[in-house]
Amino acid sequence: MGLQEFWFILIAVLFVGYFVLEGFDFGVGMLFPVLGRTDTRRRVMLNTIGPVWDGNEVWLITAGGALFAAFPDWYATLFSGFYLPLLLILVALILRICAIEWRGKIDDPTWRARCDIGIMIGSWVPAVLWGVAFANIVRGVAIDENKKVVSGFFDLLNPYALLGGATTAIVFALHGAVFLALKTSGEVREDAVKLAARLSIPTVVVAGAFVLWTQLSFGKGWTWILVAVAAAALVGVVALTAAAREGWAFVLTTVAVVATVALLFGSLYPNLMPSTIDEAYNLTIYNASSSPYTLKVMTWAAVFMTPVVIGYQAWTYWVFRQRISTKQIPPSIGLPLKTR
Amino acid sequence: MDALDVSRWQFGITTVYHFILVPLTIGLAPLIAIMQTMWVITKKDHWYRLTKFFGKFFLINFALGVATGIVQEFQFGMNWSEYSRFVGDVFGAPLALEGLVAFFLESTFLGLWIFGWGRLPKLVHLATIWLVAIGVNASAFFIIAANSFMQHPVGARYNAERGRAELTSIWELLTNNTALAAFPHVVAGALLTAGTFVAGIGGWSMVRSMRRAKEATDPAVSGEHENTARTMFRPVTILALWVMVASGVGLAITGDIQAKLMFEQQPMKMASAESLCHTETGADFSILTVGTQNNCENITQLISIPGLTSFLANGDPNSTLQGVTELQAQYEEQFGPGNYKPNLFVTYWTFRAMIGWAAGSAILAVVGLWMTRGGRVPDKKWFGWLSLLAIPTPFLGNSAGWVFTEMGRQPWVVHPNPTGVDQIRLTVDQGVSDHPTGLVVFSLIVFTLLYAALGVVWFMLIRRYAIAGPSDHDKHPPGDEEEPEEPGEPKQLSFAY
Repeated sequence: MGLQEFWFILIAVLFVGYFVLEGFDFGVGMLFPVLGRTDTRRRVMLNTIGPVWDGNEVWLITAGGALFAAFPDWYATLFSGFYLPLLLILVALILRICAIEWRGKIDDPTWRARCDIGIMIGSWVPAVLWGVAFANIVRGVAIDENKKVVSGFFDLLNPYALLGGATTAIVFALHGAVFLALKTSGEVREDAVKLAARLSIPTVVVAGAFVLWTQLSFGKGWTWILVAVAAAALVGVVALTAAAREGWAFVLTTVAVVATVALLFGSLYPNLMPSTIDEAYNLTIYNASSSPYTLKVMTWAAVFMTPVVIGYQAWTYWVFRQRISTKQIPPSIGLPLKTR
Repeated sequence: MDALDVSRWQFGITTVYHFILVPLTIGLAPLIAIMQTMWVITKKDHWYRLTKFFGKFFLINFALGVATGIVQEFQFGMNWSEYSRFVGDVFGAPLALEGLVAFFLESTFLGLWIFGWGRLPKLVHLATIWLVAIGVNASAFFIIAANSFMQHPVGARYNAERGRAELTSIWELLTNNTALAAFPHVVAGALLTAGTFVAGIGGWSMVRSMRRAKEATDPAVSGEHENTARTMFRPVTILALWVMVASGVGLAITGDIQAKLMFEQQPMKMASAESLCHTETGADFSILTVGTQNNCENITQLISIPGLTSFLANGDPNSTLQGVTELQAQYEEQFGPGNYKPNLFVTYWTFRAMIGWAAGSAILAVVGLWMTRGGRVPDKKWFGWLSLLAIPTPFLGNSAGWVFTEMGRQPWVVHPNPTGVDQIRLTVDQGVSDHPTGLVVFSLIVFTLLYAALGVVWFMLIRRYAIAGPSDHDKHPPGDEEEPEEPGEPKQLSFAY
């Protein structure tokens, strides 16, 4: 395996990490209006991701940096070509970060309601747009001979990409519901279990259609395995959520996310972004990569650091492993909105 | 205005904004770690209370810093894609390392710190805030190593076939002398910012507590206020004042080293910072000029110190320094026709503003140490106000410094290294993405409005928490009063969003 192949896989791994981890963060935020009928319940939900959401988001930052370092032309073409969707994702993430961190700083219902809007927008918008973006990467966009995307924003909203957006949204919602079932007890858990069971069947339909479309249009022979794994995992989730076995259900929603992202990257390989104008303009892992020296240096860094990062992040999950219920939420220590 | 100008405005606005927040994060993290260490060592509750008190500002600020930081990483590709293609092989590496080494560390351990009170063993919990402090400072190092490549490209070769710069030595890139000078300068600036912030809020709170003690009719209440001022705010203010002194000295030394490097590496930046129009021997240091600033010929020098610029450049007051006009002619010969002069007005005044704003911190440091000497606890209203007024000055100085160093590099985005590979150079118009102007105007408006709105909330939160003072909720560390645990009833979380 060459360095370019290695880095293609590593970037896939970083995005898998991002979507598995931030996927349930997004899901928790997306389900605020459904499962968080009272403020205490919303606080239960928020505190399940409280200690970890920020670290989860770094998977995206690192994936972006790795993309820049290993495949500068991919980074340049993708980020300039998907200008508007990325702008929307940025705005959403900014709102989300501030809303999560600032929500409890002021003890006031209007303040909290505003922050909750930020959390919901900040969770829904990226959950949909990441699917749209990745579907378009696999499908290809109009890339000219100068490695520039010449198609416009609305070309990105094709049926396949919209199905991709629906898929990430519903999969993350389900992943979040199962995560909540796993991390809470009492009323929030009961409702999360019910919701996960209800979401699981439409998820099989939507995600199944997307995975199948991906395989039939862009897949390779061996990627059928990933289709089978994703499908089996999602069907398993239906059975497990119905039986309220959220631990195993969470394992399987994770497997489904991993298999789907792997399918997208597997279908892409060895391209990074195919051109719909001419195959000769495709960005590939060979014509868009950094020099062997840079890839080698970064390989050493990744080989040493990634296990360390996974180690201390895993420890964080261990430290905060216990379930949270509405009874454990202390009174707000935020300040009143107005002085005195 | 074309897409280039709008892209530059967007980068400028988002970056300056981001870097209002970042120095406070970089400087406050180690200060909070010191406060918590003091608590662990002395076991005095007021150090715990201070840790929690300043921790709130840290978190309010950290959130917006992180949020605006993602924009930074994305917009190299979004708005400067040709730049990204040209330098990605080199520039991407420190960015990826920043994520891998620094951002994971600071974010993960910050989560552990926020939610780990009373759950992690005391020393482990203390270690988490120190790891956050290491993480934020490591991130500063990597991004400055990346920026220093734009100022002074080293450790790379030019690949003519791909038309791009390629890394040849990560070691040379990370030990770029520009980076080794800029990193301690930025960290010193960050410590001055955080020191001024803590001393400002500490000093103001100290005065307020003393005045409340005076006004209180109940001697018990009065005693408590005075005790708060004396045992809690006074030590933390003095700590911060000494941090200011040390970082101020550090700023001056590292600034001097950096300026000497800049005279070699980017003489045009320094010549325009000094309004040095023509090559001079024994160049004066200009303090005040008037005139049409963007044309150096029309500038009238009002106040200047003889020979100081030459002295600052290389330690010899009689040395010869190149002027803007001569450098322009030299660059035209070297790089072809073009305007190689940065905006003279901006470089001249931001350089002076950077140094000038430091006076705010200097005054507070001197006055503060005088007012608290020998066990004194100030209760003068004017000292409270002085403390507050000093807080914004280092923020302004940081911004001025970055505007100076980045705009002084214009028109280059990658400034040619006079002793390096000649082809590794790029001007901003070569680096910008080929977007319709309207698209970039749209994103500029979106970012500006969003940042403005969040800036208002950020300021409101910081103000509210400063006025509220240390929370009564944090009077005693968690686990002090052991509640009998009822069987089956899980304990409440020690901290929850």
